[in-house]
Amino acid sequence: MCLAIPGKIVELDPENTNLALVDVVGVRRKVDLGLLQDEPPVPGDWVLIHVGFAMSKISEADAADQMQTLTMLGEAAAAMEEVRGYGLQEDSPDQYGKGWKQ
Amino acid sequence: MATIPAAKIRFREPQIEMAHGAGGKASRRLVEGLFAPLLFGASPGPLGDAAQIQINGTRIAMTTDSFVVKPLRFPGGSIGELAINGTVNDLAVSGARAEAIVVTFVLEAGLPTEILEAEVRAMGQAAGKAGVRIAGGDTKVVEHGKADKMYISTTGIGRLLSGVEISPQSVQLGDKVLLSGPIGDHGITILLARGDLDLEADDLRSDTRSVFPLVDSLVQAAGAGVRWMRDPTRGGVATSLNELARDCGHGIVLFEEKIPIRDSVRGACELLGLDPLHIANEGQFLAIVSAELAETALQSLRATPGGEEAHLIGEVREQPESSVLVTTLYGGSRIVDMLVGDPLPRIC
Amino acid sequence: MKFVDEFRSPELITKAGEEIRKLADPSRHYRIMEVCGGHTHAIYRFGLKDLLPVNVELIHGPGCPVCVLPMGRIDDGLALAAEPNFIFAAFGDMMRVPGTNGSPLEYKARGMDVRIVYSPADALKLARNNPGKHVMFFAIGFETTAPSTALTLVRAKAEGLLNFSVFCNHVTIIPAIRAILDSPDMRLDGFVGPGHVSTVIGCRPYDWIAKDEGKPVVVSGFEPLDILQSIVMLLRQLRNGEAKVENQYKRVVPWEGNRAALRAMAEVFELRPYFEWRGLGFISQSALKIRASYAQWDSEQRFTVPGVRVTDPKAAQCGEVLKGVLKPAQCKLFGRECTPEQPVGALMVSSEGSCAAYYNYEHRKPVTIASAAAF
Repeated sequence: MCLAIPGKIVELDPENTNLALVDVVGVRRKVDLGLLQDEPPVPGDWVLIHVGFAMSKISEADAADQMQTLTMLGEAAAAMEEVRGYGLQEDSPDQYGKGWKQ
Repeated sequence: MATIPAAKIRFREPQIEMAHGAGGKASRRLVEGLFAPLLFGASPGPLGDAAQIQINGTRIAMTTDSFVVKPLRFPGGSIGELAINGTVNDLAVSGARAEAIVVTFVLEAGLPTEILEAEVRAMGQAAGKAGVRIAGGDTKVVEHGKADKMYISTTGIGRLLSGVEISPQSVQLGDKVLLSGPIGDHGITILLARGDLDLEADDLRSDTRSVFPLVDSLVQAAGAGVRWMRDPTRGGVATSLNELARDCGHGIVLFEEKIPIRDSVRGACELLGLDPLHIANEGQFLAIVSAELAETALQSLRATPGGEEAHLIGEVREQPESSVLVTTLYGGSRIVDMLVGDPLPRIC
Repeated sequence: MKFVDEFRSPELITKAGEEIRKLADPSRHYRIMEVCGGHTHAIYRFGLKDLLPVNVELIHGPGCPVCVLPMGRIDDGLALAAEPNFIFAAFGDMMRVPGTNGSPLEYKARGMDVRIVYSPADALKLARNNPGKHVMFFAIGFETTAPSTALTLVRAKAEGLLNFSVFCNHVTIIPAIRAILDSPDMRLDGFVGPGHVSTVIGCRPYDWIAKDEGKPVVVSGFEPLDILQSIVMLLRQLRNGEAKVENQYKRVVPWEGNRAALRAMAEVFELRPYFEWRGLGFISQSALKIRASYAQWDSEQRFTVPGVRVTDPKAAQCGEVLKGVLKPAQCKLFGRECTPEQPVGALMVSSEGSCAAYYNYEHRKPVTIASAAAF
């Protein structure tokens, strides 16, 4: 139920607005955009493809946001360690993680 | 004339299924359980790609293969080329230079002559390129519907190269796994060429070619360290290495990031839920090389035209016994088994 | 591959693994269920269990639509398609699933016209291109796949294409989760929620799990970093004594779901009063059937379905493994009578079923593995 792959819309089918040619690192297939008819994607958009249908648009902003959060993993904790080393903070494990942006 | 002692067959299945021809576990059961006891005697030993025979002191290798492919023509080649290159390669990975091939055609009545002509031309060209003589052959025609347009069978003989002694038993802990180039090109090309999946890729073509020039370079540069070779055709790299692991009893550990694969092959595999390690290759080979000579072996391939993308992709270890393990840079790992039947696309 | 490779970065995966080890309280034993079979497959494929501390246990849930399909339904589908002019079309996942008299691939070897399709749209195309034949599409899947079947039926009806019908085995995820939580032997701390089902149904349908059952749910993507980040988020909630629904897979999952997809499903499908789930028994309101307005395109309304009921052998402990009560290797038949090549029970037939995944990817693994760094 779950195999879905990101692909980039290359061009819309001139004869059928429901179909678009989608590219996945050089492999191309016609994909049905009918499930995204409320907000039809345009060439250049990235969509999630499952059984030949586009399920959702992929948000570059949210992806970048997530990468940022993942890159920061452990860094706030490391910063905490350092500050604790100065003897200014109470040694409490609950200090980890509170107030992090998700 | 000596008679082969009648051994008991161990093959229990009541009828032959497609899986028995797919090159994976089921094929192995058929060969080991039915053919081997009846034809090779009670204990035939490990079965390689080619048989070795001594005639008047000369060591000869001999092999046979049949080719059933749909569609007959595909980007990068056709059934004719597969038929020649496949047999040349089976001899090559047994350490032999192919000298002569005989060909059998089983043709379907109604086959247009121009299709046959195209394949025979392709075979002539492939043989010329591979430096092998087509010495003769046979033709049968069957009723319409009894052969998928054509089946080709080739039998080849070759002279064993000196300086190479290969067998699974000679594989040792610490040996390295050498791969000649990117995986999955052939199988994915065929899958797409069938047209059922409506996928297209411009740069995808079968990798069918003779690997003998690469094997020759390898043997000349590092022959003393070459323990085993195989061409990973049906069932892919995973099946070939699992067969080795089973035969030698050691574990084979592969490093995923070192395995070369083209972007479009990877994309198709991700889209269809296929494991590239299970996809057929027709122009690559695997070798197990001693640790001391592994780097020399690698460089010899990379310096040979067609071997530029060779990589050392793994090594032989004690664990996991008789199995193949793929590891990642971040420390995750998974067992990779032989294929059961043909790789099927999945959606889950 | 964009939106894939970044989420497989070895450095970040290692970091996420470290974060999990830091967050996991050594005095607790965490039991986290990943609902979706796709997650089970990803966990094994990427070897993610190797990164988890011993006290963070992943329990495989029932979200494998092939695994939960009773054998009788496969028999029914194959019986319907046995007519000479029929084409049986299905996803690759179905091809090796055994019915009482063989799998679709085995029927194909015996002469039935069986085709593998990647999309229900391809099955419809087969019907267009073969006017003399009837194409029966054997539909499976949860809410991820149902909208595509629905839209295909909408298109078939609009075209008036009568040589096409769907044998519908779509099931819904929430009743399955309920069945798990209702099970008396079950003790779970939280859920890794099904990311692709959620692109359709959104995140609200999981509210009751957090509010009524007090278990956190994190809707997760399928790349290694997605799954690990979801586990981080679950552990944080558990450490803070929280139970809420979170969306880790924001780049793809809209909180409210996909309205157009839900509309298509509502147009074509209605809920069956009950449906039998292999390993879980009969569950009410848990599966979809095609509405009367699409009767012409419903294999069950158009043709006579034998309605075979096949029970699993008593020795197979699929139900307990499906509910996470037993591990695959603890079933008496595992690896002996029941292997991926000759599956006895449901969880061995699909590559994402927990028994098959464990058998294929894990059970011969040695306990300690040296990493590539040593190479």
